[in-house]
Amino acid sequence: MSVTAPPRAPGTPPVRSGRTLRVGPVSASLRWREVALPVVGFAALVLVSAVSMGRGDFPIGVPDVLRTLVGLGEGPQEFIVLELRAPRVVVGVLVGLALGVAGALFQTFARNPLASPDTLGLTTGASAGAVAAIVLTGDTATGAVLGGLGIPTAALLGAAVAGLLLFALAWRAGLDGYRLVLVGIALWSVGNALIDWLLTRAEIYDATSAYVWITGSLNSRTWDHAVPLAIALAVLVPLALAASRVLAALQFGDDTARGLGVRLAGAQTAVVLLAVGLVAFAVSAAGPVTFVALVVPQIAVRLTRGSRPPLLASGLLGALLVVSADLVTRTVLPQALPVGILTAVIGAPYLLWLLVRGRRRSTL
Amino acid sequence: MATTVDVPTRDAARPPARSMRARRLATLALLLVLVVGAALASIAVGTRSIGLGDVWQALLDGDLASEEAVIVRQLRVPRTALGLLVGLALGIAGALMQGHTRNPLGDPGLLGVTAGASLAVVLAISVLGLTSPSDNVWFAFAGALAGTVLVYAIGSAGRGGATPLTLALAGAALSALLYALVRAILVSDEQTLESFRFWVVGSLAGRGADVAWQVGPFIALGLVLALANAPALNLLGLGEDVARGLGQRIWLARVVGLAAITLLCGAATAACGPIAFLGLVVPHMVRALTGPDHRWLLPCSGLLGAALLLAADVIGRVVARPGELQVGIVLALVGAPFFIALVRRVRTAGL
Repeated sequence: MSVTAPPRAPGTPPVRSGRTLRVGPVSASLRWREVALPVVGFAALVLVSAVSMGRGDFPIGVPDVLRTLVGLGEGPQEFIVLELRAPRVVVGVLVGLALGVAGALFQTFARNPLASPDTLGLTTGASAGAVAAIVLTGDTATGAVLGGLGIPTAALLGAAVAGLLLFALAWRAGLDGYRLVLVGIALWSVGNALIDWLLTRAEIYDATSAYVWITGSLNSRTWDHAVPLAIALAVLVPLALAASRVLAALQFGDDTARGLGVRLAGAQTAVVLLAVGLVAFAVSAAGPVTFVALVVPQIAVRLTRGSRPPLLASGLLGALLVVSADLVTRTVLPQALPVGILTAVIGAPYLLWLLVRGRRRSTL
Repeated sequence: MATTVDVPTRDAARPPARSMRARRLATLALLLVLVVGAALASIAVGTRSIGLGDVWQALLDGDLASEEAVIVRQLRVPRTALGLLVGLALGIAGALMQGHTRNPLGDPGLLGVTAGASLAVVLAISVLGLTSPSDNVWFAFAGALAGTVLVYAIGSAGRGGATPLTLALAGAALSALLYALVRAILVSDEQTLESFRFWVVGSLAGRGADVAWQVGPFIALGLVLALANAPALNLLGLGEDVARGLGQRIWLARVVGLAAITLLCGAATAACGPIAFLGLVVPHMVRALTGPDHRWLLPCSGLLGAALLLAADVIGRVVARPGELQVGIVLALVGAPFFIALVRRVRTAGL
């Protein structure tokens, strides 16, 4: 997993860097792919979401759905779209957005395409919290407290604890990408051991519902799930986008970043905590929808042909992936599987390809 | 990092050969005492505590029909024997894995063995309807083999071969994939989940003597192969070129090592379910006492593995009375901090 880009062979043309946009003292280089991808991704996302809200026992056409969404709908259609189907799709969009951005943050920071909330143990921590809330309810004093919190809050706490542990244990005079990944693997196995143990203590119906939860599902999500997530993203995503310039420096390695004037410790802390926060809220709303955070930034970086995963485009593609996968599980598959299984089936072969292929070329 | 593990370093502080030998013999004796102590504790401690005197009587007098004697002979002794076998296997397998990959983070639980076994067992339960541990043994075995081979193939594909980081990542990634498949099956199959959830924690409970007899031969064969592999492993530690120059057939040593690892890990996982971190922790502790010579390291790792597994099992029985904490859970909770300490200690530049 080479960190630095290979030296360009003499004779090959330099990468076209696009236009430079200057507004007063601020300048940014503008490359059309980096602008086009979010626009196309957003358009596709709106379309797929509308299709998804239209499908069901009472089919509604895409134009009608769009009309309802902008406030021109009437009667039963308005109720079905806005109250029954929209929450599910909105949660899907927000979860995908959060996971895509968090994945891009982690991968840029660790300079490793395999760093994702799944391999770092964050989603496992969230799962352990949620399973504890499902399984231990009323059993003991702690169980009663956890059960009273509700599953989303317990998951949020689990992810936060895992994130803080990851941060504290991997911190040693700064954060190192490899150490972060390896500590994450250890946390991942501890989290799994806890989940396995909790499942043996559960009644079988609790164990089954816990299992559905830890697969990642959008079933029976309401506005109550969507609103906290939306508020969290409204804070965290702009912060992440603001950190974009720091990320651009971090991708070159610690020494270079320091040389470029980045205050390393503060920047690393901010990036990791932002990513942990995004993952925690996303997982608490829908469970760990696996592989999204891993796959999407890698697809986005290939589509933009940039030097690192673009944040906004990764977020939009993540939303697109989750909503599309949910649409497929609801309409195409004979049995309504949780959405997390489909994202795993799409993502896992890609992950293996990345492993076999990744080290021959310098990815990222 | 890899080179600091296996290559013997000669520095001024190194004791002369004779005192090293005395130290190794002392280590061996100490480990034997530990194993015997752990085994006795494992027989005596439980939901019903039995005094060591009664244990002794029950073991000596086969006709004694008191309640204690029956518990000792039919429950505690098979369980302890299985624990000894599995601990022995995992300790040696860990030392072999770390030696062959020159990877201080080598552990069957992290390198795809247990994930492969898990998927195979889920398939066996859900498709074929086999629920008892003794039926699942063979599937766990096949799955463990497939998992090991896949992780090594993926981890060493491409330029540069297998490094500690790529192997650990390949193991984590493949495990994530295999567990995703396991989940896909279990989400819609409540009956399979019911059996699987008690297998996957890694436990010595509820395994009869028949399981020990089933996996015993494989572990014995694995032990023989592992010990035969030790001198070759010492040479391989000097680097493949040097080993080849000294007349070692590299491929033979590798094949024997892989066979031994698969036999030992597969049999252990088949018998008890996935047990992580034991194979990781044990060789590091032993290496500090015996030095890097695999002729001593392998047997001592086996003994310490057996002692630790039995101790973890006893702890699990004591802390969660009247139920018990499964040995796999205890070891994960104890072993993960050790792993993290190791990751923090080694210079990451070497990864």
